[in-house]
Amino acid sequence: MTALTAYGDPLGPRGRRRTLIASVLGGLLLLAIAAFAVDKFADAGQLDGARWEELLSAEGAGAFWRGLQATLKAAGAAVALSVSVGTLMALGRLSENRLLRWAASLYVQLFRALPSLLLILFGFFGLPALGLDVSKYWALVLGLTLYNSAIFAEVIRAGVLSLPRGQTEAAYAVGLTRRQAQRLVVLPQAVSRMLPSLVAQGVVVLKDTSYGFVIGYEELLRTGQFAGETTASLLQAYLIVAVVYIAVCFALSQLARWLEGRSARRYGQAGVSVRGVEDLSTGG
Amino acid sequence: MQLSTITDNLDLYLEGFVGTLQLTALGALGSLVLGTVLATMRVSPVPTLRAGATVYVETLRNCPLPVLAVLLAFGLPKLGEPIRSFSFFTWAVLALALYHAAFVCEALRSGVNAVAPGQGEAARSIGLTFPQTMTLVVLPQAFRTVVPPLGNILIALTKNSAVAATIDVTDITNQTEFVINDTIDPLAALAGAAFFYLLLTLPTGLLVGRLERRTAFSR
Repeated sequence: MTALTAYGDPLGPRGRRRTLIASVLGGLLLLAIAAFAVDKFADAGQLDGARWEELLSAEGAGAFWRGLQATLKAAGAAVALSVSVGTLMALGRLSENRLLRWAASLYVQLFRALPSLLLILFGFFGLPALGLDVSKYWALVLGLTLYNSAIFAEVIRAGVLSLPRGQTEAAYAVGLTRRQAQRLVVLPQAVSRMLPSLVAQGVVVLKDTSYGFVIGYEELLRTGQFAGETTASLLQAYLIVAVVYIAVCFALSQLARWLEGRSARRYGQAGVSVRGVEDLSTGG
Repeated sequence: MQLSTITDNLDLYLEGFVGTLQLTALGALGSLVLGTVLATMRVSPVPTLRAGATVYVETLRNCPLPVLAVLLAFGLPKLGEPIRSFSFFTWAVLALALYHAAFVCEALRSGVNAVAPGQGEAARSIGLTFPQTMTLVVLPQAFRTVVPPLGNILIALTKNSAVAATIDVTDITNQTEFVINDTIDPLAALAGAAFFYLLLTLPTGLLVGRLERRTAFSR
């Protein structure tokens, strides 16, 4: 779709002129909004160099860097665990054993219907009550894992179901057992097909690690908050945290998009749609 | 773990339940309005508006909701009056609306794009005007594809409303933290919270699933 069409039809001279005028007016409107915001910040003295200096000094930036490292550490562990548990649950839901299928379905349906914050609180308050004394780090990682393994299970299951049945049949035909067929033929292809969705869900995990500040895990948001409080420039600290998060998540989202284009070329369609997995494109 | 932990604190839970409902309803309303505006901008032929909406969507979609919530609730009041006097509840609703508007925009946009170009061309070729093409041919079809994703966003919004607890706004999660502190029975307290969330998310999920199946045949 090129820019200058009105639903299929190329614009004529009048339409082009109107678009140009609207473009200039729209640009001015957006600039006015931005200028208003900057003006508000300046009025309140929030743009003063002194408010940023300390945060952006070597020491201040070091704190943010440590926070980011802690965030990435928790997100990485949560993704690894979630994919592992999610794969097991996906296989459970596809199993021929009715009990296994039922149990895996219950797990998936229950945990994807709950807020991840609630499950992180379960990691923090609930696990110790069960006699499992975990650190804040593990409380966060396990809480995130409970939620996201349910999502990953749905993604991987959708990937398996999207494969042509001939793949499994061919595997059986060359004498593989059901288990071998799953492990050697079905799962690798399913994961490769669902790679864009898996990366996209990884972004969700990364974003959700910021809930860790509620339980006092020293991730990016928490360290930013602390730095902002000690230097009396809270707003600036939050803005820096937001920019760092947005930059990292944007890069990962672009990676997911690139993978999607690649798998669309490879499988001849725009990715494999995952019915019932809302979180990939809904911000869950 | 005792059932009395839940039953004794039922009033707290109900208060939180109402809070979550309010946050979800207002957040949904706000994100629907803003998301529609953004989607219109993104499919418009006007380059600057398209660019503005794209920047908004990419920024908000990649910003964690808790970060957005504390940035709004604790950061922005530093700008002075009149922003200083906003309540935390207002900030929570704003955070939910601003965040989910990006996703609503994308759902609406892909709904419009999913209508085959031939549909619009056919409408034009039998002499319908542009507004007629949109209202009679394109939008009714776009609406079908858009309802299930919007329903899914509503479910996500319901769950994400728990972010309100991070800025101390009354909702199920926030009340649960009180119950945990009061009763020292976290397992029952959390189970109670889970029950109330499931009360909201499961029926919505079933409804969306049914809509999804019903609209699936259309193309």
